[in-house]
Amino acid sequence: MTEPVRFFEVIRYTLGRLSSLIISLVIASLVIFSVIEVIPGDPASFMLGINAREDTLAALRSEMGLDQPLAVRYFDWVIGLLQGDFGNSWTYKTPVSELISDRIWVSLPLAIYALILSTLIAFPAGILAASRRGGASDVTIMGATQMGVAIPNFWFAMIMVLIFAIHLRWFSAGGFPGWNSPLQGLKSLTLPAISLALPQAAILARIMRSSLLDMLSEDFIRTARAKGLTRSQALWRHAVRNALIPVITIIGLQFSFLLAGGIIIEQIFFLPGLGRLIFQAISARDLIVVESVVMLLVFTVIMVNFAVDLAYAAVDPRLRSKV
Amino acid sequence: MRNLVFTVTATAVALLGGIASAQTDITVAIQLEPPNLDPTGGAAQAIDSVLYSNVFEGLTRFEGDGAVVPGLAKSWDISSDGTVYTFNLNSGVMFHDGTSMDAEDVKFSLDRARSEDSTNAQKGLFSGITDVSVVNSRTVKVTLDQPNGSFLFNMAWGDAVIVAPESIENIASNPIGTGAFTFSDWVQGDRLELVRNDSYWGTAAVLESATFRFISDPTAAFAAVMAEDVDVFVGFPAPENLPQFEADARFQVLVGNTEGETILSTNNKMPPFDNLLVRKAVAHAIDRQAIIDGAMFGYGTPIGTHFAPHNPDYVDLLGNSSYDPAKAKALLVEAGFPDGFSTTLKLPPPSYARRGGEIIASQLRQVGINAEISNLEWSQWIEEVFKAKDFGLSIVSHTEPMDIGIYANPEYYFQYDNPVFQALMIELNATADPVGRSALLAKAQKIISEDYVNGYLFELAVATVAKAGVRGLWVNQPTAAVDLTVVSWAD
Repeated sequence: MTEPVRFFEVIRYTLGRLSSLIISLVIASLVIFSVIEVIPGDPASFMLGINAREDTLAALRSEMGLDQPLAVRYFDWVIGLLQGDFGNSWTYKTPVSELISDRIWVSLPLAIYALILSTLIAFPAGILAASRRGGASDVTIMGATQMGVAIPNFWFAMIMVLIFAIHLRWFSAGGFPGWNSPLQGLKSLTLPAISLALPQAAILARIMRSSLLDMLSEDFIRTARAKGLTRSQALWRHAVRNALIPVITIIGLQFSFLLAGGIIIEQIFFLPGLGRLIFQAISARDLIVVESVVMLLVFTVIMVNFAVDLAYAAVDPRLRSKV
Repeated sequence: MRNLVFTVTATAVALLGGIASAQTDITVAIQLEPPNLDPTGGAAQAIDSVLYSNVFEGLTRFEGDGAVVPGLAKSWDISSDGTVYTFNLNSGVMFHDGTSMDAEDVKFSLDRARSEDSTNAQKGLFSGITDVSVVNSRTVKVTLDQPNGSFLFNMAWGDAVIVAPESIENIASNPIGTGAFTFSDWVQGDRLELVRNDSYWGTAAVLESATFRFISDPTAAFAAVMAEDVDVFVGFPAPENLPQFEADARFQVLVGNTEGETILSTNNKMPPFDNLLVRKAVAHAIDRQAIIDGAMFGYGTPIGTHFAPHNPDYVDLLGNSSYDPAKAKALLVEAGFPDGFSTTLKLPPPSYARRGGEIIASQLRQVGINAEISNLEWSQWIEEVFKAKDFGLSIVSHTEPMDIGIYANPEYYFQYDNPVFQALMIELNATADPVGRSALLAKAQKIISEDYVNGYLFELAVATVAKAGVRGLWVNQPTAAVDLTVVSWAD
């Protein structure tokens, strides 16, 4: 294989992924806009309450641009998004981009924190279980992960609040003091990150274990053993890297989940994150906020998947030809 | 060495002194975050909870017991025909941006609230005003189209606070008022901070600073109070946990009343509820105490009409709708529904409605009425129930103070159309004499009780959980407010 051909393949693969990314984004924007616009409920009535007069409501609707036709509002929104303008929140009366940029500094670090914790727990656990297959540590780890998968994260969260905030008083029960003091910020995200990480770690450890076990029965491992490597040498040198492909897929999916799916955890720890922003915006019918935040999350998920696709290609060059 | 001893002693004294002197900051939690900080441009109660009396003041204001007392206006004269109010303003009042508060600001605020493009959620409060004129910088004259006995009461609402033209543009994010606290910072989604206004015109606040936090989840609320992350929780959302706080010496629990008449709203135009006998049957089928015990863990006062029981003008009409399923069944037979009927029961999100709805549905089933429950979000509720009037029954707490006047509006969502009652309300508005008003209010309560317009359930209670050392908190909620101006810590 000569270098130019390889380069061409990489470009072709990347362009293919990129065009499917753009199509996904266009479809997503249409779906998000139309679904959210058909939800019953008038934002103006919600804001002004039940004593509001009809003329007051009309005044507010025109102030918010709600008297414009749907198509006009859709294109305004998309054009705004392309220019990086997410519009103005109807209830908060501040730019949506400000709301998002405030909140992302809670949700993103929380997701990354949880992902790191879950990986740090899952990798050693999965590898240990696979290398001691059928042994006591395998049985213990598998039992623990079974529980981790079955128990919902909000339950972990409540138990941890009970133990570490109410009884031991090591952590506060919730809230986020900001990043002015990075240590305090990190501390306030610790309980939420652990509660998000535990179920994810359980899933990841199981995937890691089964993926490794599959690898260990492959011919190349047998060859490696035949060359004189011990079982654990073969595992570390050959199997772990090859077992990473399914694990990366799961990590990609988990990151998207952690970023968007922290709603309940953010609610329990009253963290000012993206999930809670969406939650509040939906009940207040602050549609512009919902649309823009959901679109941003979709964008992130699609980008993460795109990155995961590229990461596959890096781990396994054979995948590049299968665009 | 002597120096060192001195330093150590001085530090110890300073530390001890620091511990001994009372705390000067406070962290208050409420359930909902204000969507913005403009009390004159939205209905969200959370705006008033944070800002009323603390940051913004009106001509008059509510005290914790619901009394209306002078605010920015130190006194007023009312013309003999009751249509002209001349307000004398306090002197030396400054807005937080350093501009002075005078008659022009009052005129600006009232004119803005009643203007055509006003987005004031309670525009009705200002509808009788025909003219606001500045007599001099300390005196302002308000003319009404007809006498209005509740005008001073109306001016105490959070929607009627005085704002300044200089700062109005950014009021939603940077509220500038005249109150004892100035707005300092708002980290959206997390907390809002106020600091003491040291150039306040009245009695300065004791606290130097206050932080509001917003915790809506009942479990999180419990944890935050238990972990002492917050000093006060006003409107504590989990009544089931109150006994635990009462038993804990670290905390005090204040249970007070609100202006929230919780009613089984009934669509008076939708058959069979257009039949008085059917509405009466429903009233007798309801066991109020069981609802209060089951849905509110015992907190709440039963009511027999649409009026707050703590109001001196309240008339006890509970006897009109005593719990009597046999009588309810007989009334249904008399109304022509021996086998009962089916209807809808549409419930908004608060727990009084969701929990109460289950209990009411089962009580109605006992007399043969099948109420099909559907749970709605608030915005759906406003669309379906409030605007489209597409409902049989619903449960809502009407939290506006003194709102019996809604029964005079035939277009209002429960669609009660009684010319006698409507005439009575016109008479009430035109009556300023307290004795006369009392008599009219009593008559009004009786009419709607005997017409069984809605099922009257209970007056919503409000629970405040606070650290034992906090003094001066409002027990009751005559209006949505967390008035911190007289709050302090016990030494």
